[in-house]
Amino acid sequence: MSVDQAAVRRIARLARIAVTDTEVPHLQNEINAILAFVAELDAVDVSGVEPMTSVIPMKLPMREDVVTDGDIEPAVLANAPLAEDGFFLVPKVIE
Amino acid sequence: MDADLKDLTALTLAEARDALRFRQISSVELTQAHLSAIERAKGLNAFIATTAQKALGMARESDARIVAGEAGPLEGLPIGVKDLYATKGVHTQACSHILDRFKPAYESTVTANLWRDGAVMLGKLNMDEFAMGSSNETSFYGPVASPWLPPNWSAEKARAALGGDKRGLLTPGGSSGGSAAAVAARLCLAATASDTGGSIRQPAAFTGTAGIKPTYGRCSRYGMVAFASSLDQAGPIARTVRDCAIMLRSMAGPDAKDSTCAVADVPDYEAAIGRSLKGLTIGIPREYRLEGMNPEIEALWRRGADWLRAAGARIVDVSLPNTRHALPAYYIVAPAEASSNLARYDGVRYGLREPAGEIVELYEKTRARGFGAEVRRRLMIGTYVLSAGYYDAYYVRAQKIRTLIKRDFETVFADGVDAILTPATPSAAFGIGEKGSADPVEMYLNDVFTVTVNMAGLPGLVAPAGRSDEGLPLGLQVIGRPFDEETLFTLGHAIEQSAGSLAMPDAWWA
Repeated sequence: MSVDQAAVRRIARLARIAVTDTEVPHLQNEINAILAFVAELDAVDVSGVEPMTSVIPMKLPMREDVVTDGDIEPAVLANAPLAEDGFFLVPKVIE
Repeated sequence: MDADLKDLTALTLAEARDALRFRQISSVELTQAHLSAIERAKGLNAFIATTAQKALGMARESDARIVAGEAGPLEGLPIGVKDLYATKGVHTQACSHILDRFKPAYESTVTANLWRDGAVMLGKLNMDEFAMGSSNETSFYGPVASPWLPPNWSAEKARAALGGDKRGLLTPGGSSGGSAAAVAARLCLAATASDTGGSIRQPAAFTGTAGIKPTYGRCSRYGMVAFASSLDQAGPIARTVRDCAIMLRSMAGPDAKDSTCAVADVPDYEAAIGRSLKGLTIGIPREYRLEGMNPEIEALWRRGADWLRAAGARIVDVSLPNTRHALPAYYIVAPAEASSNLARYDGVRYGLREPAGEIVELYEKTRARGFGAEVRRRLMIGTYVLSAGYYDAYYVRAQKIRTLIKRDFETVFADGVDAILTPATPSAAFGIGEKGSADPVEMYLNDVFTVTVNMAGLPGLVAPAGRSDEGLPLGLQVIGRPFDEETLFTLGHAIEQSAGSLAMPDAWWA
C-alpha cells in the first residue's frame, strides 16, 4: 500500500501539522518507504489471535472517589505562552 | 588541574558510595569533580542543561546526612537525568523545540525516588527528540559525540570535528545518547534513561556501558514525557552492571499516580550480583541469527554463550518464530501511540506558540515549526495507521502480531528457559551523519534485536562484552521473565566479568 500526494495532505491535516507544497513529495516518499517496510506483515496469519490490550497482565487500580488535587491554578498557567485572568488565551475558534 | 579531583570521576557508583560512607571523600568534592568534568566536556554536547548550584546545595545536604548517620542508598552520588524526565523548575523539553522554555511545576516519580534516596542532580542530558531515534541526531540541541574515538582518528582530528558539525565522530546511540555518552565520559556516576524500542540498551552497547530496561510497569512513568505508552519504560545507564542494580532499586517501585505501574515490592537487586549461574537455563534464539549478520557480532554472541556455560548455566537452542515481524509491527504501534501522545503539543498551554489568526492555524504552524523531521515523519505514519479505513489493516493487525511475539517468549519461558541471550546491536557505533538521510528505515534497523523486548513487555539488560576488531565497544543482551530483573543482573555481571575490564576512553575532548 502507498499514499499519493492528496493522502499526504489529508494526513497532515489530521495530524494538525502544516506542510508546504515543496515538502509534500518528500514526505510522500518517506511515508511510502515506511509503508513498504511494514508491508510484510500483511502475509502473517493472525486468524484467531486477539490484539494485545495489555503488555503485562494488570488490573486497573481503583481508589476512593474523593478530591485529592486542585487549587494549583498558578502552577497550571506557569508555562502558558499567553494567559490572563486564570485563562489560556487563544486566537478565535471558528465554529 | 587538581589530580585528586580527576581521579574522583574514575570511581564507579558503588566505589563512590563506599568512599562516601567511609568518609574518604565528601559529596561536595565528588560533585565538584563531576561539574568540572562536565565543563571540560562541553564539546561532546552530552549535557544540555547543568544545575551546578542546585547540585552543590544537594551535595552539602548529603554530606550533613552522612555525618548524622542518615545516609540513603544513593546519598551524595552525582547523577545525570535524561531530558525526558520532569524535573521541577528545571529545563524539561525532551530535546524538542515544541517544549520551548518548559519548566515543570512537578517532579517525575523516578527522579523523586532518586532525590529521596539522596542522589545529587548534575543536570539534564541530551536525547533524540521525544525519544525518537537511535543516534541522538534528531535532538533540537544537536548531536552528541561519543567519547569513543572513531577508528584511526587522532585526538587532534577529533577535537577539530567537535568544534564543527561533528561529522565523522561516533554517535553514542539513541535515544539515550546523552546519558550513555556522559556515563562513558565519566561526567556522572550514572544516568537515568528510557527505552521504548532499545533506547537504553543500544546506547549502552555502543558506549561500552551497562543498561537495563526493566519489565513494563516496574518503574513509574509519571512525569516522563510520553512517546508510546505501552512500550516506554524508565531505566538506568551506568558503567557497571552492579551500578545499574543499585540505581534500579531506587528508581523502581509502585506509584499510585501511574495506573500501569506494578504494585510489587522492589528486591535488593545488588544482592543478585555474583550469584551462581548453576541451574539456570539460557536460550539462544535461532531467529536472531540474521542473514548477512556481522561476523564479529556472531562470534561475540557465541563467546557469550561459552562464558555462561563455563559459569555453570545450561545453554539450549530455542525458537521465537515471530521475531522478524517485531520491527515492522513496532513501526506501526509506536508511531500510532506517539500520534496520540503528541497531540497535546498545540501551542496553547505550554511551549512554543507560533503567531496565528485562528485556532487550527495555531496548531498547524506551531507543530510544523516545533517538531523535527523524524518526529513529524512518525506522527504522520501514526496518524495514517489509526485513520478510518486503515485502522484494522495496520494498527489492529500489528497488535495481533504483538500478541504472537509475546506468546513466543511465554512458550520458551514455560519450557524451562530462565533467560535468553542475544546480540544487542547489529554493529558497533557508526558515525554522525552516516545513516538515515536517504532512507529513514536504515536507522530503524539498529533496533532489530531490541524492539522485541518492548513489544513483549519483558526486561532486557545489556552488559559490555568486548571490542570490535577496530577497538569499539560491543555489548550482549539478556532478556528475562517478567519481573525477574535479578536473574538479568546475575547474568549481566557474569558476562561483564568474563569480558574483562574495558577501560573507558581517555579524555581527548579537552
